[in-house]
Amino acid sequence: MDASNTTVMTPAVPAIIAERPIKIRARNVDVFYGDKQAIYDLSIDIPDRAVSALIGPSGCGKSTFLRTLNRMNDTIPNARVTGTVELDRENIYSRDLDPVLLRARVGMVFQKPNPFPKSIYENVAYGPRIHGLAHNKGALDEIVVSSLKRAGLFDEVKDRLASPGTGLSGGQQQRLCIARAIAVNPEVILMDEPCSALDPIATARIEELIDELKQNFCIVIVTHSMQQAARVSQLTAFFHLGHLVEMGDTDEIFTNPQDQRTQDYITGRFG
Amino acid sequence: MNEHTVKRFDEELAGLKTKLAEMGGLAEEQLARSIDAIVGHDVEAADNIILTDDKIDALELEIEEKAVLIIAKRQPMALDLRQIMVSIRIASDLERIGDLAKNIAKRTHAIPEDHPRRIMTGLARMGRLALGQLKDVLDAYAERDEAKALAVWRNDEEIDALYNSIFRELLTYMMEDPRTIGVCTHLLFGAKNIERIGDHATNIAENIYYLVHGRPLKDERPKKDITSSTPITGLGC
Repeated sequence: MDASNTTVMTPAVPAIIAERPIKIRARNVDVFYGDKQAIYDLSIDIPDRAVSALIGPSGCGKSTFLRTLNRMNDTIPNARVTGTVELDRENIYSRDLDPVLLRARVGMVFQKPNPFPKSIYENVAYGPRIHGLAHNKGALDEIVVSSLKRAGLFDEVKDRLASPGTGLSGGQQQRLCIARAIAVNPEVILMDEPCSALDPIATARIEELIDELKQNFCIVIVTHSMQQAARVSQLTAFFHLGHLVEMGDTDEIFTNPQDQRTQDYITGRFG
Repeated sequence: MNEHTVKRFDEELAGLKTKLAEMGGLAEEQLARSIDAIVGHDVEAADNIILTDDKIDALELEIEEKAVLIIAKRQPMALDLRQIMVSIRIASDLERIGDLAKNIAKRTHAIPEDHPRRIMTGLARMGRLALGQLKDVLDAYAERDEAKALAVWRNDEEIDALYNSIFRELLTYMMEDPRTIGVCTHLLFGAKNIERIGDHATNIAENIYYLVHGRPLKDERPKKDITSSTPITGLGC
């Protein structure tokens, strides 16, 4: 079992995959950076309206895989992706698909909060404006307010929407980035270690937010914190050396993983 | 099993295991001595057993504290978490076994020295069986030997069967000669205590299975203790 490169499913049919529609279906995905292969023959189903966590040691390919889900790898020279990634059964690597529109459907939140050097209002309004989601100022105001509310930030910033977003605290900036991501009404939100630059209180607020957002979005999160993966996700996928070693219901993965490598990693035994 | 990257974590888990082994050894000793005390009417030994029970209680507290501290400090997952949970549960079973042994010892005082010896034979045999079960299940824990644990789990039948026959035997004595009712009642409780100790040994066996497999033991265990539904008139008297 340990030596094989087929993915272990824990349990054989994870409950979260059985009970939710599949939002993202990846099949036989290989990713190369030049000659170096970063992901090997990876297949995974990601359920809608749930949080899926990708865990694994540094360099295991989890962030690379996250980036294949909204074609962020297109921006990296020499990066090459083979296999298929379907969003609602549509291959996102098809030539007919506009990556800019794809990224409106599949939003992303990064490790370090990266608000635009603009006002809080403009940070959130930017996406809806360029995608033509609001036809007048009133509609745009409404999107900005509702996005900030959904991101749990509105009450803290409602009196200073014209102040620069960069003037907020780290945790607030990250919630601003989440508000910005959800303002374009995406279907999927990708999060690449969204709390690693935040203190425990700000982290707890983001985790609470993720828990609320999962009612409406398909969320995929890369995290180095196993406790965080255990807390926020329903599906956990363990990556190692570019392979998807084991995936399954989070409750099972963290209490009774089947693959020795998963067991070693989550219990802090990786040698 | 690989070692943890954080060595101190390994030491803490090993410390927990050592404490539990110490507690198991003490429970075993207490049980053996309580059987000897009641069978041999050794009042002094009985008093010693009663005093020593405090040590078992203290060990349970110590194990609980260690376990809570490891959970708080290390946020254990999977096998590590099971090991800690199982330690707490086994410690609680051992503490109960200690109490039951103490209760057997206490009855030494209540049983007159000149009681008919033959009544004791069954109790002594039952005590030996329970002691064997306890020893085996503690070995199974120390060695993470799931097969041995399952054997203990199945063997509990024997203790239950013996308890049933002692129950009937004692009832018969009491009906034949009401003057034995005092002694026989104490012996009945003693036997019941040993039967309960057997059940705690099977609890421990179930926990070893859970520790190894990560899921509870689901098979239906053959239950042979039928005394709760045995009518006294059903003995043919």
